[in-house]
Amino acid sequence: MTATVDAPERLVGKAIKRREDPRLITGAGSFLDDVRLPGMAHAAVLRSPYAHARIRGIDVSRALAMPGVLGVFTGEDVKDDINPLPCAWQAGKVQNNVNTPRVLALEKVMQVGDPVAVVVAESRYQAEDALDAIEVDYEELPVVVDAKKATEPGAPQLHDNAPNNVVMEWSCGKDAATVDQALADADVRVSQHIVNQRLIASAMEPRGSIGRYDPGTGEYTLWATSQAPHVHRLLLGAFILGVPEQTIRVIAPNVGGGFGSKIFMYFDMPLVLWLSKKLGRPVKFFEDRTENYLHTAQGRDHITDVEVGATKDGKITALKVKTWANLGGYLSTVAPGIPTTLYGRMVAGCYKIPNIHVDVTGVYTNTAMVDAYRGAGRPEAAYLIERVCDLVAGATGLDPAEIRRRNFIQPGDFPYDTGIGMLPYDSGDYERALNHALDLVGYQDLRAEQDKRRQNGSDKLLGVGMSSYVEVCGIAPSKWIGLPGEGWGAGLWESANVRVHLTGKVVVTTGSLPHGQGHETTFAQLTADQLGVPYDDIEVKHSDTLGTPFGFGSYGSRSLAVGGTAIYKSVEKVKEKAKLLAAHMLEAAPEDIVYENGKAFVKGSPEQGKTIQDLALAAHVGYDLPEGMEPTLEATTFYDPPNCTFPFGTHVCVVEVDRNTGEVDVLRYLAVDDVGNVINPMIVDGQLHGGIAQGLAQALYEGAVYNDIGELVTGTMNEYAIPKADMVPNYELDRTVTPTPVNPMGAKGAGEAGTIAATPAVVNAVVDAVTHLGIRHLDMPLTPERVWRSLQGASA
Amino acid sequence: MFPTQFDYHRPGSVQEAISLLQANPDAKILAGGHSLLPAMKLRLASPAALVDLGGIDGLRSISTNGGVTIGAMTTYAQLRDSNELASRLPIVSETANNVGDPQVQNKGTLGGALAHADPAADFTAVMLALGASVKAVGPNGERTIAADDLFVDLLTTALAADEVLTEVSVPAGQGKVGMAYEKFRHPASGYAVVGVAVVVPVDGQGNAASPRIAVTGATSKATRATAAEQGLNGKPLTDQNIAAAAAAAANGLDLNGDHFASAEFRGHLIEVFTKRALERAAAQVK
Amino acid sequence: MTMTEAVAAPARVPVQMTVNGTDYAAEVEPRLLLVHFLRDNLGLTGTHVGCDTSQCGACVVYLNGESVKSCTVLAVQANGGEVTTIEGLAKDGEYDPVQQGFWEMHGLQCGYCTPGMIMSAHALLKRIPNPTEEQIRHGLEGNLCRCTGYQNIVKAVQYAAGQMNGGGTHDPANTADWERELAGKSDS
Repeated sequence: MTATVDAPERLVGKAIKRREDPRLITGAGSFLDDVRLPGMAHAAVLRSPYAHARIRGIDVSRALAMPGVLGVFTGEDVKDDINPLPCAWQAGKVQNNVNTPRVLALEKVMQVGDPVAVVVAESRYQAEDALDAIEVDYEELPVVVDAKKATEPGAPQLHDNAPNNVVMEWSCGKDAATVDQALADADVRVSQHIVNQRLIASAMEPRGSIGRYDPGTGEYTLWATSQAPHVHRLLLGAFILGVPEQTIRVIAPNVGGGFGSKIFMYFDMPLVLWLSKKLGRPVKFFEDRTENYLHTAQGRDHITDVEVGATKDGKITALKVKTWANLGGYLSTVAPGIPTTLYGRMVAGCYKIPNIHVDVTGVYTNTAMVDAYRGAGRPEAAYLIERVCDLVAGATGLDPAEIRRRNFIQPGDFPYDTGIGMLPYDSGDYERALNHALDLVGYQDLRAEQDKRRQNGSDKLLGVGMSSYVEVCGIAPSKWIGLPGEGWGAGLWESANVRVHLTGKVVVTTGSLPHGQGHETTFAQLTADQLGVPYDDIEVKHSDTLGTPFGFGSYGSRSLAVGGTAIYKSVEKVKEKAKLLAAHMLEAAPEDIVYENGKAFVKGSPEQGKTIQDLALAAHVGYDLPEGMEPTLEATTFYDPPNCTFPFGTHVCVVEVDRNTGEVDVLRYLAVDDVGNVINPMIVDGQLHGGIAQGLAQALYEGAVYNDIGELVTGTMNEYAIPKADMVPNYELDRTVTPTPVNPMGAKGAGEAGTIAATPAVVNAVVDAVTHLGIRHLDMPLTPERVWRSLQGASA
Repeated sequence: MFPTQFDYHRPGSVQEAISLLQANPDAKILAGGHSLLPAMKLRLASPAALVDLGGIDGLRSISTNGGVTIGAMTTYAQLRDSNELASRLPIVSETANNVGDPQVQNKGTLGGALAHADPAADFTAVMLALGASVKAVGPNGERTIAADDLFVDLLTTALAADEVLTEVSVPAGQGKVGMAYEKFRHPASGYAVVGVAVVVPVDGQGNAASPRIAVTGATSKATRATAAEQGLNGKPLTDQNIAAAAAAAANGLDLNGDHFASAEFRGHLIEVFTKRALERAAAQVK
Repeated sequence: MTMTEAVAAPARVPVQMTVNGTDYAAEVEPRLLLVHFLRDNLGLTGTHVGCDTSQCGACVVYLNGESVKSCTVLAVQANGGEVTTIEGLAKDGEYDPVQQGFWEMHGLQCGYCTPGMIMSAHALLKRIPNPTEEQIRHGLEGNLCRCTGYQNIVKAVQYAAGQMNGGGTHDPANTADWERELAGKSDS
């Protein structure tokens, strides 16, 4: 016998194949629209064809007579039972002129696609037929879709309580006069108008919900495409339906991607519950893609004027930002928090900038609501500061890489406070990631090739762009985000229960939940290593408010850093109890017991130890426990971290611009990311791939376009260009690892990094390709025509 | 996503189809369905009846007899995979490989594309450039319509409501012929923002002999670029002549624009893509 | 409110087809899309709907040996036909090499596009057994994925091509072939 326990293979850090996949590759996954309940009826929603109109009357009588129709309801029918949806995150410390949507419009519609009436029928086809028979008398009102124009005199007014359509005016950083003075004192000063266009999240699964009311128990069950079932239950019960929270159960089935868009409370969630109670049938609503594009919350849509001051050797001394954030016709669930806390407080990026002032005006327009979309505020901030770095490079004649080096926060500076109200950055080595990325891509050779092409007048202009990003994720500390300063008004901790069953099998329940990220695999890897039990003995449960402790959900790259830590701490508690029980069983002092690799034993005598299976059995049968110990072997943790985490890295993009057509060809895309310690590198790389594709798509392809009367011109996948396989490059990935001190795993988070980094890297590359022609900025998406036009006006 | 109600007919012969069309004036012909069904799913089209040509034997064929005759229900996938076409009319197989996507290619048909006359379709321009004609069968018998006369306006053809397009014929080329289709693809729809098809026969001296150049995507219907054709006719395919023809290609066209590509940009793209297509065609006949 | 205004429903029409080797017969409205027939009449919910403009490819199935978007085919058009869906791809409990490839190479995340993507990839390999990367990307143009950025889907198809052509690279251990991919990275 050896004096140690055989150590099983460590799983953390290994590319374990996902345990989620067998069901998903065989068609056995169950998504919302796959859920079938006995007696289920189908809802279809009549939506406004006008962006701004008064409803003078609705006649549903013909629809009611249609075959299969069970009921037709309008805003008048539901207004006494269903409150307007809440806005749960208002901008901190300022007045918010709040207007939130009703589930069905009551007097006015604010956007094309606003729900006006609902039909429930035996089949969706019949429900759709009946929609055509509803007659609505609209009085059209003037429309405004542009955020800046909406604040100008004479603009159509959307809401009585929001003069000039302003939701809120928020600022951070030093006072404007100080920053103006710093700008005046700067050697070099650049100003730029920058548009961060509106995006449509486009999760491949649209949104939907199924409501079932049980008249026997008075209980409501909601199946929903949800990134936050517990939050949805809370809002439904306490705020919207006014029914006791404990009578509602929310279940998220397999969720087909979210990217933020499934965090929010939507009209259909309370509506299907109400309809089910009214009609005595379960009711399903599942939007089609056109409805998804019109009405599910969208992202970005900033108009920004930025001014930057720098010394002639490239040290940035002042940054002044004025942003108009288009929030749509009403406020979505967390809309005002995104352009304030998550954008304004991140504009410093990786840099030490002594003077920063940010003004943000949130604005109502006759467009779809805007809320968090992958990255949520940080992509807008990273795009701004990374464009600014290149503008400073242009103005000073220095290399863009050198500008970044001269302004980086240094490894010895952490924890680092940027002075604009963000929590202190936890750890980082920004220059190392930059240098590594430039080495890998062969930066100097690329510059030489670029010069050569410029000299020989090539039609294919070469551009190299970089972005050194830092983002805030693992979004939490309740004591920070919940305080009035940030306006969230709630906690952001996360929960986990770890239960070792009598048989030694382990069930982990978590308040986090996946919509593609592979939590079941990653959390099992983590638990297997920590508890020393076989991976296959661990089951990870999630996504049902009945079986999981309260959690705030999955977004903000917080599942591992916050939810994972809750698991880690629960495992530690289980091990502590196991040691106490082992001491009792081995008749030893608790302080002499060690726990290693699934076994508790007296130090030095592992062969006499008790396995976790022995201990679980003893804890469950419960007839021989230490004095005062409760039966069973499980622990719950509600974990509230002391800080957020701050992943970082540098991405480099190499493009070729066709002078004849303005087409951009991405030749290479290389990323060096630092997400701290990694549990499953395969999954992390996958997150980065997908994130990069979305960020790159913003730079080159995507943009939600409204016409002057508020119609979404890009209202289908025929018009809105989400990338196909042949529209994106291969991604070359590498990592540096700087563990965060914030959590015991040292993990920072990886869900949004790619999206945050990619957009500026690609735009910087395209602008770099044409900058010798006097072009210093182009707005996204960089469509061929936009690039071609810039070249027409450029000096050769 | 949910079409309105309609009656469904699946005739076994062209004659039966014509009778059904006469009996159902609001009927639409269903071929591959990849333009019609998407419109019906969005309820942009609500025909009272569909006459599905899928049950008629003999409309899915490629035959060569001097020229090439292609049955109306021949799919893009068949065109793409035909060895015969790859050697005789490579422009057809190449274009078929770039229509939509593989699933569209498996269902979409040549006859359907021409009868639908989408302004951004690929094969409208290709068939114009090839000087093709179609056979239309109606209550009064059959007639031949030249591609030049087929496309009347946006989504409008010279076909009568009770006529069925049954086949497409491409005449035999004389001597050496260069041909190419160059397309600026819309990133979302895959349709042509601008597509230019060129078919350039050359005489013994290597001069272009009645070249045909057709543009799609940029106008309300696929259209011949006559200014470019005339400019090139009788001339050798030099870089200079090609550039001059390309520069004239958009002359006289009533160009459309949208948020993705303005009329001005489309005009410019016509020049670029005409040049590319002519260069490729020229390389084939060197 | 008179019933005369209600449109008289056209006659339902009989359809019969063989799906994943089983014969089915039903009477359906002519307007019923094949995807709804598969999902709602037969309960085969592995075939998904992700758009309404025939763009996304989540609904791709085999119909008479060709990959089609089942949202753009009427059930009546498939009358008498043979359909294979994602549920019918694995044989005797063995995953098809394409399914295996998606698992090995992390070719999926949320899994919503996956059934259609696998069916399209399968059809691509049937037509081009050894595709180049460019051919793979072109051949998957009818399928949208929002999660993966496509790189691992390309690898999954390459993996499957290797398996089907006998050049097996399958590592049966639970650790994915990703370990090989990751070797040499400077995780420092």
